[in-house]
Amino acid sequence: MASGGIGGYIKHHLENNKLELVEGSTFWTVHVDSVIYTLITAVVFLGFFGYIAKNAKSGVPSKSQNFVEMIIKFVNEQVNDLFHYKSKVVAPLALSIFVWVFLMNFMDLVPVDLLPAAGMAVGIDYMRVVPSTDLNITFGMSFAVILLVMYYNFTKKGPVGYAKEYFGHPFEAKGPVGKILVLLPNTLLNTVETIAKPVSLGLRLFGNLYAGELIFMLIAVFTLGYGLEQLLSFGGIIMIIAQFLLGLMWALFHILIITLQAFIFMMLSVVYLAQSHDTGH
Amino acid sequence: MSINFTLIIQMVVFLVVVLITMKKIWPVILGAMEEREKQIADGLAASDEADIALKKAQTEAEQIVNEAKDQAGTVRESATKMATKIKDQAKADAIAEKDRQLAAAVAEIEQESNRAKEDLRKQVSGIALAGAEKLLNKEVDSKVHADLLNDLVKEI
Repeated sequence: MASGGIGGYIKHHLENNKLELVEGSTFWTVHVDSVIYTLITAVVFLGFFGYIAKNAKSGVPSKSQNFVEMIIKFVNEQVNDLFHYKSKVVAPLALSIFVWVFLMNFMDLVPVDLLPAAGMAVGIDYMRVVPSTDLNITFGMSFAVILLVMYYNFTKKGPVGYAKEYFGHPFEAKGPVGKILVLLPNTLLNTVETIAKPVSLGLRLFGNLYAGELIFMLIAVFTLGYGLEQLLSFGGIIMIIAQFLLGLMWALFHILIITLQAFIFMMLSVVYLAQSHDTGH
Repeated sequence: MSINFTLIIQMVVFLVVVLITMKKIWPVILGAMEEREKQIADGLAASDEADIALKKAQTEAEQIVNEAKDQAGTVRESATKMATKIKDQAKADAIAEKDRQLAAAVAEIEQESNRAKEDLRKQVSGIALAGAEKLLNKEVDSKVHADLLNDLVKEI
């Protein structure tokens, strides 16, 4: 445990395990812990779902196949509600986001000190186990989604159609003078929207999970720095009970948050992709 | 907390994960689900068809049973008629036979009685002739008196 009291403890927990690819460069740095835990969760997701897909049968499904089918059916219904175009990408993308983000968020329910302490024992000083509390990870996904949105904007609407939508909406005007007049506000609004989409998508997930993790840490510092003698005193026992109850309550509530955030990320991605397919303007 | 190369890595990993899901997971499981849906729908349709066929078969069976009943009724009726006819015929035959036998018996009796009469007549004529012979003590030429005797016999 790092010294420096409560502040030091939290600060240590919020420090990523960094690998500098280029000496002294902030950009050419990799958060090794985030990358490893996203890969682990990805392997869990792809492994389990891939195993089920490999053994999928149209007869009576096994319990695990039934569980996977339940998730797929749920995602499929949500996608069909929002996305009315033919696409081989959107529904699988929604499924990957939902399950993968859920698994990343789920790392938040692993006791906050368990994996970092295990890491410390084998000589890894810094470790953050919840990938979705890393802005790089959430932005990585939201930017990838927006890249796809851009791609579909260009391929489905065509560069001209997309330009017309970009410069001619939401304010519409007839005649060349009017069109020039609305050009500036339209461009401004659409630029803000285009930037706001990926940023809000990534920040929402990051903010919720970061706050959730921080609260787990605050609950963890209840008994921080107490010796065995102090813990066994009356006040110490009260603290342990309070810590246990608060941790339990927050964990139960957090189950809801992590599912909801995974769901919101999925739904918004589908909505943005549906907008990019929408040639109605 | 700063944006760095991790973001690029995550973008690539994300797109790879989506690609794998797209190629290997989603279509396979959804395909199995749709196939099962189709199987269930087919099964339900087949059971509906079987239901209809069963009803049809039941109606047919009922019809056949009714026809058989009708036929049996007709057969019974004709059999009864035939029996009555045979009975009547037998009765008529028996009566005819009785009449015939009766008539034959009567004829025989008559014949017997006629023969007896004839015998009697002959015997009477013999007796009368003998009596007369005795009475006359004289031979009677039967040939001469034959006509007379025959007249006598006829009178008896």
